[in-house]
Formats: sequence, C-alpha cells, structure tokens
Amino acid sequence: MAKTLFEKIWDKHVIKTIEDGPSVLYIDKHFIHEVTSPQAFKGLEQRGLKVFRPKQVVATADHNVPTINQHLPIKEELSRKQVQTLKENCEKFGIELYGLGHPYQGIVHVIGPELGVTQPGMTIVCGDSHTSTHGAFGTIAFGIGTSEVEMVLATQCLLQSKPKLMRINVEGKLNKGVVSKDIILYIISLISASGATGYAVEYAGSAIRNLSMEARMTICNMSIEMGARCGMIAPDEITFNYVKGRQFAPAGKAWDEAWAYWKTLYSDADAKFDKEININARDIEPMITYGTNPGMGIGVSGHVPALTEIDEKEKPSFEKSLLYMGLEPGTNIKGKKVDYVFIGSCTNSRIEDLRMVAAFVKGKHKADDVEVWIVPGSKQVEKQAKEEGIDKVFEEAGFILRQPGCSACLGMNEDKIPAGKYCISTSNRNFEGRQGPNARTFLASPLTAAAAAITGEVADVRELISTALEVE
Amino acid sequence: MSKQINIVNSTVVPIKMENIDTDQIIPARFLKATSRDGFGKNLFRDWRYENDDEQQPKKSFPLNNSNYTGSILVAGKNFGCGSSREHAAWAIKDYGFDVVVSSFFADIFKNNALNNFLLPVTVSDSFLQNIFDAVEKDPTASLEVNLKEQTIRISSSNLTEKFDINHYKKTCLLNGYDDIDYLLSIKKEVEEFEKHLA
Ligand code: SF4
Repeated sequence: MAKTLFEKIWDKHVIKTIEDGPSVLYIDKHFIHEVTSPQAFKGLEQRGLKVFRPKQVVATADHNVPTINQHLPIKEELSRKQVQTLKENCEKFGIELYGLGHPYQGIVHVIGPELGVTQPGMTIVCGDSHTSTHGAFGTIAFGIGTSEVEMVLATQCLLQSKPKLMRINVEGKLNKGVVSKDIILYIISLISASGATGYAVEYAGSAIRNLSMEARMTICNMSIEMGARCGMIAPDEITFNYVKGRQFAPAGKAWDEAWAYWKTLYSDADAKFDKEININARDIEPMITYGTNPGMGIGVSGHVPALTEIDEKEKPSFEKSLLYMGLEPGTNIKGKKVDYVFIGSCTNSRIEDLRMVAAFVKGKHKADDVEVWIVPGSKQVEKQAKEEGIDKVFEEAGFILRQPGCSACLGMNEDKIPAGKYCISTSNRNFEGRQGPNARTFLASPLTAAAAAITGEVADVRELISTALEVE
Repeated sequence: MSKQINIVNSTVVPIKMENIDTDQIIPARFLKATSRDGFGKNLFRDWRYENDDEQQPKKSFPLNNSNYTGSILVAGKNFGCGSSREHAAWAIKDYGFDVVVSSFFADIFKNNALNNFLLPVTVSDSFLQNIFDAVEKDPTASLEVNLKEQTIRISSSNLTEKFDINHYKKTCLLNGYDDIDYLLSIKKEVEEFEKHLA
C-alpha cells in the first residue's frame, strides 16, 4: 500500500497500539536540556528507576546560560542551580552532557543535526516544542512535556495517537530577498497559529527541494507555531551530503546500509494526505509579524490589518495584541523604528544564517541607536564564524557577536529586551513578554533583521540588495 | 495532586481570549525551579499584575475579580499554544483548577494536562459562547463536567454537550493511573522490539 513519509517511519516504530487508544512509539533519540528535565529525573528517583537507554540520550545547557563571559559562574542563582542540576543528573544517570565550556555545547536543535546525531528515519523527542526542527532530515521529531520526558527516560517509549497528515507544497522560484524564514512565516500567516493542530506536516515542492539543510531546518522549526505535531521534509542528496562525515553519522558499511534505507524515505506517489495546501513561491515577499502570535504576519510592504478586516470573534485578541505592540490598525509596518536586532535562536543561528547576514552587511555599519546581538547557535558555529572571518565583518558593522545559547529568544536568561522596546528578531515567537516583560517583537528573516540593523527601522531588504550582491 | 477525576461541579473563571500561549500562562523567567510545586503563584503573571508587582493586581483580569471563582477555567480557542513547558499545566493545576474548557487545545498542552490529571474539555464554538454568556449574565453560573458520561452541562440553562476523550486516557483519569505505569508493564515487549529494529 502506498505510504507517506510519516507513515513509513511511524509504522516502523510502533511497538503496539492500545485498543481504542494511543500507540506505543519507540524513540530513537532523546535530547534533554536544563529547564524541562529536572522534574523528570526527580520522578525517576521517586520511582526508583534508572534511565533505560542512556546512550540514546544527549544533553546540553542552552536556555539558561549567559551569552557573554561563559567561563565565569552563572550569576543568577536559580539559573546556576538548574544548570548544575542537569550536570549532576547526567553524571548520576550516565548521560552524555555537552554543557557550558564543552566544544559541542549549543542550542539543542542546532547541535543535534550539526553532530550527526539527527539522522533520517529516526523518531526524536525533546522537552522542547521546537524539536520539530529535526524533521528537516526526514525524521518524526516533536516536543514533549516533562512527564513525557520522564516516560522516555524510563522506557525509551511514548504513548502517542497517530496525527492526521498534511502536505504543504511550495512550488517555483523564490523572489529576490526572500529566504526560508519568509516561506514559513508566510505559511503560518496563511493558515493561522492553530491551522495545523493535530497534523504532521510534510513540506514538499521544488522551492523546498532547492533549500539547503539549514534553510529546511528553519522551516521545520516553526511547524509548531501553526500547531503542527511535527514538520518534515523527505531526505535527499542534500540531506545525505550534510549528514555524511559528521561525528556521530554512520560510517563505512554502516553508512551504506543506512543510506540504502534512507533513500526509501519519501511519500509514495499515490500516498494519501488528509489535507494538501499548494503555494506559489512567487507570492511570497519578505515577511514580518506585527502582532503577538506568529500567525500575525504580513509582507513587509503591507499594512497592519484594519479593524474592518478582522473577524468579530477575533477582535478582543487582535486589539489587545496591537495595544501591546503599540501599533495602530491599518498602518504601514515599513519605517517603524526598532531598538534591538536579535539574530539567533534555533530558527536562525546556524553558520549559513551568519554567512547570509555577513554577506549583506559587509562594508555597511549599523544605525546609531540600534543595538545588534548576534548569537551563534553552538560553539561549533561560533568557531566556524571566526575561522571564516565573519566575526570581523560583524565587528566592523558594530554588531556584537555573543556566545552560544537561547539568549533573547525567551526572556529567561540574562539577555532580555527592555520593556516597551522594539526588537526585530530571527527567533520564532512574538508572544507577549517572550523576549522580556513588555518587550515588543517583530519576527523576520536574518536578511530583514540585518536590513533593520543598518537602517534602524523596519526596511524592505529588496531595496537594499544591489544587483551585484544577490543574496539568495 | 488529586490523581483521579470523575465529576467536577463548579463555578468558573472565564478568560475570553483566543490563542492563549504557555508563555502567558507561565512566563519563562519562572521556569527555573527544579520541582513541580508552587507554579500557581505565577499563573498568568504578566496579565495578573501591573509592572510585575504583586501589590498591583490588574483589576480587569478575571483571576483578580472576586466574582469569578471555582475549579474550572474557561478560555477561547487554541488554548495552550506555543512552548511545550509542562509548567503551564502545573501552574493551572497548582492554582486550583481541575478542568479547562476551550473550543480548541494545542496538542502538547493537551497531553501535558492529561498527564497531570487536569482535564481539558473541548466544546463547540457555540457551546463555548453559551458558557461565556451564562457567566456574563451571572458570575455564579456553574458547570457540571462528568467524565464518565463525557458530558458538560451549564447548570442554569441545563444546556448539555458531549465531549470527546481518548478511551485509554479516560480510564487513566478515572482510575488515577499514569502512562509510565503502563509503559513499565510492557518492558519485555520493548526489549524484544529493540532486537528487531535495525
Ligand atoms: S532558541 Fe528559543 S525556541 Fe529555540 S530552544 Fe531555545 S528558547 Fe526554545
């Protein structure tokens, strides 16, 4: 029978299905971090259990770490304690930890792929909603809660109901200045912040196939922002080439076997989806969000919806949102002043993102009253950026290159955007208070964020790209 | 934590807002604890207080309105979207809620709630509106949620709707079982399965 990519992986990992209930799903890889794991370890201890398969668990510290002076002890006591607790738990339970100071440390969804831990055909979970990122390799990867972290630590299994299946096809060539972040912001604005709830989403079509692995990860990363259980892209030569040779990738005979299997991971021609959406890449322009959920996005040349364009039922949320953002309905977003630029997070902090920003800003300087933070996703990204001289480009532009971590993505560590300030951010969430109490967030691509860094306001990057510098 | 649910009969706290994300339910800066307790104190922190100050409650926010009490929270569609933090479910439960009613729940939140014996009840858009209307008319209007029968009833009008819940999860909630108990019981099958997984 014809199967989708999702079904091929799912069927291979279901141990059994409870009658009239969920399936028992076997989990290949489990990533953990300091914030959502302590209570799970505590639960294990209370039950007197060990970690069932410690070799299938990888840990890092990312959410609560500072992004300057990482060699010093963490200042804030509770953060320090949480990071310390992770270390103790990993030692006690025999789990590999890439903690602060380790050359592999970084944001959990950046390091998994970068180390070759993430491989096609796997089931991957993490107590973090952006686990969907790993789906870019053709895996079933999704975020779980702490009770579920405990379950996976204890049994390497989870109880899951099979989601419905959706395919989103993006066909055609992208416009100048449009990158993968714009594709996903466009999709979410089209189907809303809840438009894919209950679905596993497969992204397909020529515009997706042409993307690099980094760009594919950006798309899968934000699947959760439309409610999807997971997002995935069928693996192909681009995927295999990316994985090959990485630290934990299979090698030699194991590689040949894995590769032969991975090549079977695609949706069969007549496989059935519960829903299909077709998008023309030509319709996408550089995107930006104006509101307080990632579905509130518009093309950068567009305007904030007028009240008359909003559904009666949605008005209370819409008005609250604009009040928070300090924006008027019906106004243009271009030209809006920004105070901070944050380029980082598991959505856009990979080497390709940094290269893209560097290529654009080379020889330019940031606007005077803007603060620009570039936060690499991992130690390895940081190292590579330095090797390539990207750090120098940033320095000359007046940007600050910080150390790896989640940073200003979530208003938990030291990096917060002050109340009332506007931040254009390459992260994935613009919720109220996400970047700090009363901070205001515009989500955008690294290119659009870089354009704002140079001009000091929301700008249309297409107007700033000279024909000589074609940033794809 | 009460580990069993059957019938909940209570007045409600209505929050007539859509897309309430888990960053609002419990902001990230309160996630530094290493135990599960005490999160209720910071439930909806930034919507509850002015300038992050407990001495300055925002009067308009329903949790600060003494007319609204009870163990049932009612909210607009797409409740619990965003971050997977289970702290959101812990905070709601810790505050004293046993049931959350909405016309639509985000997936991860729903699982987290069920794993903490917090019952998410999904109702139709129109039924949700009926609840909001009833509470607007009379803040003491109550709901009866009956898990065994899978019904939710507005007491004042007797309006009743059936709700869906996975049969397995229902059994867990009615009996106070959790998933780990079950998964541990099939360990042999898991080990057997591993042998055949390439
Ligand atoms: S970068 Fe942001 S979204 Fe990604 S894991 Fe860290 S906090 Fe979560």
